[in-house]
Amino acid sequence: MGLQAIAFYLLAAVTLGAGFLVVTARNPVHSVLFLILAFFTAAGLFVLLGAEFLAMLLVVVYVGAVAVLFLFVVMMLDVDFSALRAGFARYLPIGLVVGGVLAVEMVLVAVTVALKGAAAAHDAPLVPSHEVTNAEAIGRVLYTDYVYFFQAAGLVLLVAMIGAIVLTLRHKPGVKRQDIAKQVARTPKTGMKLVQIQSGQGVREEGISE
Amino acid sequence: MTIGLPHYLAVAAILFTIGVFGIIMNRKNIIIILMSVELILLAVNINLVAFSVYLHDVVGQIYAMFVLTVAAAEAAVGLAILVTFFRNRGDIAVDDASMMKG
Repeated sequence: MGLQAIAFYLLAAVTLGAGFLVVTARNPVHSVLFLILAFFTAAGLFVLLGAEFLAMLLVVVYVGAVAVLFLFVVMMLDVDFSALRAGFARYLPIGLVVGGVLAVEMVLVAVTVALKGAAAAHDAPLVPSHEVTNAEAIGRVLYTDYVYFFQAAGLVLLVAMIGAIVLTLRHKPGVKRQDIAKQVARTPKTGMKLVQIQSGQGVREEGISE
Repeated sequence: MTIGLPHYLAVAAILFTIGVFGIIMNRKNIIIILMSVELILLAVNINLVAFSVYLHDVVGQIYAMFVLTVAAAEAAVGLAILVTFFRNRGDIAVDDASMMKG
């Protein structure tokens, strides 16, 4: 149990420290890197809880996709980020007050719920057994009782993907592109022209285009 | 002292607070605001998974999965809007985005 406690406190401290540095770092690229660290250590916390499948999902989805997307956008935009931090010192007192009050309230409520709520009935956490692993347990519920929600989640991702493409796609005028319909509609009559060449005059180029 | 549910809930509560703090502090930088939202959703996920494990009910982890899906969709669409906004304005200061008089 001692080892588990050490692992928990280490992972929790790194998660919270990285989370704090995400919102206070001067350089947004560092913010994104700390966000990746926070997600990674949170995945470690999930492993500690026995939710291995979600831990791997967190690494794949957040570290592999979302954080890289953030990194991509931060590096692509040419923005003076120091100007965006102008109000940081002005908002610091109210931020600390709101954050402190919120933290104290939420920790107190959470600890009370944990000690007196329905979860207090089971003091031992659910450990994945050898017969039913964590991924299998999730699959058994997800693909039966929650199959419509699963499909709806896929639809949400599809709509998000199409939305992102529609928002960022832009047509530049004056760029020559292949027009397949035009190519297919081309017949020998429109693509070719027979010319009678007068002897001794040579060939003059006329109206080749179209 | 063994590690129990209160520990995980406290970590999630503090992480949530850090996210709210980040939104208050970086009101002009929309990229940091989006990252703060991601931190808040991560805190929610920690809460869901911790309750799921200590209530011996796997449904909490399924909800965490759906939260993860929505968070990914939100990040993708949010960043796409951000890129479009940057293209149109040449800047990402959100307090200048008052064309709609909101």
